[in-house]
Amino acid sequence: MTNIAEKIEKTKNEDGTFTINFGPQHPAAHGVLRMVLEMDGEVVERVDPHIGLLHRGTEKLIEHKTYQQAVPYFDRLDYVAPMSQEHAYALSVERLLGVQVPMRAQYIRVLFSEVSRLLNHILNIATFALDVGAMTPFLWGFEEREIMMEYYERVSGARLHAAYFRPGGVHQDLPDGLLEDMYEYFENRYPKFIDDVETLLTENRIFKQRTVDIGVIDAEDAVDWGLSGPMLRGSNVPWDLRRSQPYDAYDQMDFKVAVGTKGDCYSRYLVRIEEMRESLKIIKQCIENMPSGPVAVQNHKITPPKRAEMKSSMEAMIHHFKLYTEGYHVPAGESYAAVEAPKGEFGVYLVSDGSNKPYRCKIRAPGFAFLQATEFMTKGHMLADLVAVVGSMDVVFGEIDR
Amino acid sequence: MFKALSQFARSLFLKEIFGGMALTLKYFFKKKYTLNYPHEKGRISPRFRGEHALRRYENGEERCISCKLCESACPAQAITIEGAPREDDESRRTLKYDIDMTKCIYCGYCQEACPVDAIVEGPNFEFGTESHEELLYNKEKLLDNGDRWEPQLALNIDEDGPYR
Repeated sequence: MTNIAEKIEKTKNEDGTFTINFGPQHPAAHGVLRMVLEMDGEVVERVDPHIGLLHRGTEKLIEHKTYQQAVPYFDRLDYVAPMSQEHAYALSVERLLGVQVPMRAQYIRVLFSEVSRLLNHILNIATFALDVGAMTPFLWGFEEREIMMEYYERVSGARLHAAYFRPGGVHQDLPDGLLEDMYEYFENRYPKFIDDVETLLTENRIFKQRTVDIGVIDAEDAVDWGLSGPMLRGSNVPWDLRRSQPYDAYDQMDFKVAVGTKGDCYSRYLVRIEEMRESLKIIKQCIENMPSGPVAVQNHKITPPKRAEMKSSMEAMIHHFKLYTEGYHVPAGESYAAVEAPKGEFGVYLVSDGSNKPYRCKIRAPGFAFLQATEFMTKGHMLADLVAVVGSMDVVFGEIDR
Repeated sequence: MFKALSQFARSLFLKEIFGGMALTLKYFFKKKYTLNYPHEKGRISPRFRGEHALRRYENGEERCISCKLCESACPAQAITIEGAPREDDESRRTLKYDIDMTKCIYCGYCQEACPVDAIVEGPNFEFGTESHEELLYNKEKLLDNGDRWEPQLALNIDEDGPYR
């Protein structure tokens, strides 16, 4: 016995704390987050997030791809809500090109950005609940996600890595019957799902004990730490890029910006639930007012011509060949476009030297800023609360490590 | 006063716990969403991007003309093509058409780029193998895939035609 006690005594740091390793294979670490914790008993003294285990060099890779080829890389950043990332990239390239996207394409983009938001928030709420001990929402959530990913698949051909939003519009028009199915689902089934999840969680005493007053960050600190999205709105800062600097068709949508009051894990959860309801509103407006017309810029130097046209017109054929070999040249300059991705402000900063490949592509991932604030939010909390905080932060390592 | 009392009663009788349990019980009797996978499969759309195949014309002639558009469009550089005019009829064909399926990211750019609908991503997603080598597809394997899946491939292209 004394032997073990001696060993424990030896592992103590000089100031009496223990250093322990959390992750990267821990199921509550949400991917490959590794945190080195200094613990005073069960109280967290210091949190040191170690990142980079999922680093794939996306930014550098994009420098060697044409503007068109870079699109699939953005799906693989935040793989929980792929189309939001493509959206930021497409907007950034369009700003450099100076093109105006047709109305129908804008509506389709808004529609699928909101579907992405639902996908993301379901996953976050479900895994967050799982982290604090509720298993059922997790099982239900994945069922709903599967249905929505089927819409992704019908429109783009892939359940996750869609490569659907392209600079200049979207890749293909919506297939027949998709909008009707989506309307039916989002009108009748989805609100019930949110209600059911709320029945299980919102008033549940165990859930509240684990989340209320845990990981509190007030409005000023949230801004200082560079938080965005539900993390910022949970602290009562009504900042939403869809409202404050509308892009695409968001200025025509009627929705409210959900804010929390306390800035703890519970208000972030409530903000996400409320955002899902607002997303449903936007989706319905998109489906109801979906304009007709082309789904991409009709400049075939940027978007490929229709297949039938390509087969019959020599010029279209040349455009087609040119686009899939050399791509298009983007005027020299720089642009930053940010979208309100489900996790927060996702931005793409592009520098073009006038060639067919970006000179530099900097990606601003919201989760990266959240991780910086981990220590601030969890200091003095128990180890189990750290799990709740990380769960409510909604970190996905695809975008943080890029 | 009444509010505090009702709050007390709700908390005493574990209202939210029993409410949640009743709800899960309701779900217990609901129709199951689970698919019995190898026997039942989910629906996939004509746009689905699965395993690649090289198609042939109805007379058995391969479609691919070795224009290498797919090779240059591929973001993952998974496709390698060597082509030359054929000896007997001088028509330009591939000598070598390799796809490294482990590099491929299934973005569908190859089928978009193909001007003759030769390379397509078919509806098959069950092509797991036990070794890496088996996933380095050559022309023979791809044409074989094309022959096997042709009815479905033609149907998909036909259905998706108006949108392409």
